[in-house]
Amino acid sequence: MVEMVNRPYAGAFEAHAAGNPEILCLSGDLTSSCEIDGFRDRHPEQFLSLGMAEQNMMSFAGGLALAGFRPFIHTFGVFMYRRPYDQLMASVAYPRRRVRLMGFLPGITTPGGMTHQAIEDIAVMRSIPNMTILETGDATEVEGICAAADSIDGPVWCRVLRGSVPRLFSTPLKVGQMRVLSEGSDILVVTAGITTEEALRARAALARAGVSIRHLHLSTIKPFDAAQLLDHIGSVRHGVITLENHVTEGGIGSLVAETMADAGAGRRLIRLGLRDTYAHGGSRPYLMRYYGLDALALVGAIETLMGRSFGIGEADLDGARVEDVHSLVKAEAL
Amino acid sequence: MLTNARSTEEVALGIRRRVFEHTIRNNGGYLSQACSAAEQLAWLYNEELNLGAPTLPMIPKPFAGVPSAANPLYHTGAGYNGPAAPEYDRLFIAPAHYALVAYATLVEVGRMAPEGLEMFNRDGSSVEMIGAEHSPGMEVHNGTLGIGLSTGAGLALGRRRRGEPGRTWVFMSDGEVQEGQTWEAVQAAAHHGIDNLMAIMDVNDQQCDGAMASVMEVGDIAAKFRCFGAACVEIDGHDLSAMRDAVAEPHEGRPLIILARTSPHHAMAALGERFPRLHYVRFKSEAERARMNLSIAAELGIAPIDYSH
Repeated sequence: MVEMVNRPYAGAFEAHAAGNPEILCLSGDLTSSCEIDGFRDRHPEQFLSLGMAEQNMMSFAGGLALAGFRPFIHTFGVFMYRRPYDQLMASVAYPRRRVRLMGFLPGITTPGGMTHQAIEDIAVMRSIPNMTILETGDATEVEGICAAADSIDGPVWCRVLRGSVPRLFSTPLKVGQMRVLSEGSDILVVTAGITTEEALRARAALARAGVSIRHLHLSTIKPFDAAQLLDHIGSVRHGVITLENHVTEGGIGSLVAETMADAGAGRRLIRLGLRDTYAHGGSRPYLMRYYGLDALALVGAIETLMGRSFGIGEADLDGARVEDVHSLVKAEAL
Repeated sequence: MLTNARSTEEVALGIRRRVFEHTIRNNGGYLSQACSAAEQLAWLYNEELNLGAPTLPMIPKPFAGVPSAANPLYHTGAGYNGPAAPEYDRLFIAPAHYALVAYATLVEVGRMAPEGLEMFNRDGSSVEMIGAEHSPGMEVHNGTLGIGLSTGAGLALGRRRRGEPGRTWVFMSDGEVQEGQTWEAVQAAAHHGIDNLMAIMDVNDQQCDGAMASVMEVGDIAAKFRCFGAACVEIDGHDLSAMRDAVAEPHEGRPLIILARTSPHHAMAALGERFPRLHYVRFKSEAERARMNLSIAAELGIAPIDYSH
C-alpha cells in the first residue's frame, strides 16, 4: 500500500522559507487552501496577504522581485494565469523576475469544475519565453518543489499537489531530470503529475500480460531534455503514449510530438488527456475515468498500439485511491 | 537632488518645443501629452526626484536583445535615471506612450543627448515609440495601462523592507483609472501601509477614443482614491507651486497620489481645434501641418520647424 502524506507542501515551504528574509510568501486569499496557514501564523513577517486581486498580486510580486526578493505566489493555478495573464507577461516573465508561481489544483484534481481546473496552463506556460515549468507527481516532489523552483534564475510555474498525496519516489525532484520508472522495450509511456500514479496502477497487470513498458515521469516540462526523450523513443518497438492531466494540445503530448517531429522520429504516438474539451466538477477518479486519463485508458491505448487485447479490466489494476470529498487535510471541499 | 541651472518652467518649455519639433518633422506624434504633462515631468526630474548621475551613455545604445538566459548583458534603461542605490528615488512612466515626452525630458535635464530623440521609433533603436524596459529612463514595461502602480507598490514595499530611504514614484495617466488593476493596487498599497509610494497622475480627461467622459465616465477619482485608502491631492497640473505644495501633503501609512488636472492643448492653443481627438496627433493635411507649425511655433517662441527636407 502506498504511503500517503498529509499536506506535504506545508512543511516543505516552511522548511525552505522560514528565516530566509529574501523569500516572501504571497497569498491570494487561499492561504489555508494552499497549506501556508501555518507559515502565516508562525512567520507573519514573511507573509503578505494580497487578497482576491490577482492582477495586482502579479505585478506587485514583480516589483518585490525587482527589489531583490523572491516572492512565492500561492493560489489555485487557474487564478494565477487566466485573469492576470498580461501582468504575468509584462511584470514577471519578460523581465525574468525570480517569482515562484505555486499553482495548486492542477488539471482535474478539483471538483470545482471549469473555473477551478487549470487544464491548459502548461500550454500557456510553454509558450511564454523565460518561463520554467515544474510539475509534482508525488509527496516527495512536493517536498522538493520549493528548493527546486528557488534554484531558478527567473520565473517558475509549479503544478503543486496538496492534501493527501501519495509517496511514489524516494529521491528529490531535480530540475531538468526526467525519472525513468521502467526500462521496457515495447511501449514508451510518458506521464507527469498525477497521471504517473495511474500508469503505475497498470504496471503489474501489463507485466502479467507480457507487455514491456518503458515509463518516463516528467517533473521538468520546460526546459526539456529532447535528446534523452529521443533515446528512450529509440528503445521501444511499438510507439509512444503520453498521459497528462491537461488538454492534449500544448501539454506534454504536444511536447513529445514536437520533439519527435523535430527529430524526424517517425513513430506512432497516442496522446491521452483532455481531448479538446473542458471538464466538469467531480471526484478525481470519476473525472479521470470519464475523460480517459486513468490506467484503463492507458491500457486501451497500449492495446491499440500493439494491436492486441489483454483483457485487463478494473479488477486487474492496483486499487485507485478514493479520497473523501471532505477531509481534514483540505481546507475546503475543493 | 541635482541642482539644475535651468528653471523648471524652462525645462517644461523645452520639453514642449522638442516634442513639437519631433511631431512636425515626423508628421505625427504624442504631442498633446507634452501639452498636459510637461510641467509634471519637468518638476519630477528638475526638482523633486532624488536621482544620481546617469550610468548609461548620453547617446543610447542600439537595441541589444530582450531579457533571456542567453542575453546576460541585458540591462534596462533605468540607468538614465542614475543608479538604483538605496537613497535614490525610482520612477516608472506608467503610460508608456508618454515615452516621447519622457525622452524629451531626459534631454532637457541633461540625461540624454539630443541625438537620442532622433533615434525615436527607428528600427534597431532602443528609443522605442512605446517605452520599453530597455528604453532610456524606463525600468519596467508599462505599455499595458494599469500595471505600473502595482509594480511600484511592490518595489516600494520591498525597498521599505530593506530600509531604503529612496521613494518609488509612478507617473500615471487618468485613463488608467478605468482599469481594475489600478484600484487593486491602491487598496493593496493602503492595506500594507506603503507610504514610500508616490504617484502623480496626468488628468487630461483624454484617452485614445477621445474625451474620457464620452468613452467611460470615471467620476470623482479623487474621492475614489481616498475611499480606497490613498492620500490624494488635486492640483492645477500646470502650476508648479501647487505641485510643490502637493508633495508636502501628509500621508503616513498611505500612498500619495497627486492628481494634476491639465489641458491636452496647454501652450499649444491651435491643437484645441482637434479636440477631442488628441491621443495621437497626425496632421490631416499639409495645410493643417503648415498652419499648426506657424501657430504653435509662435506660441512656443521658436521659429517654425523646417520640415521640407
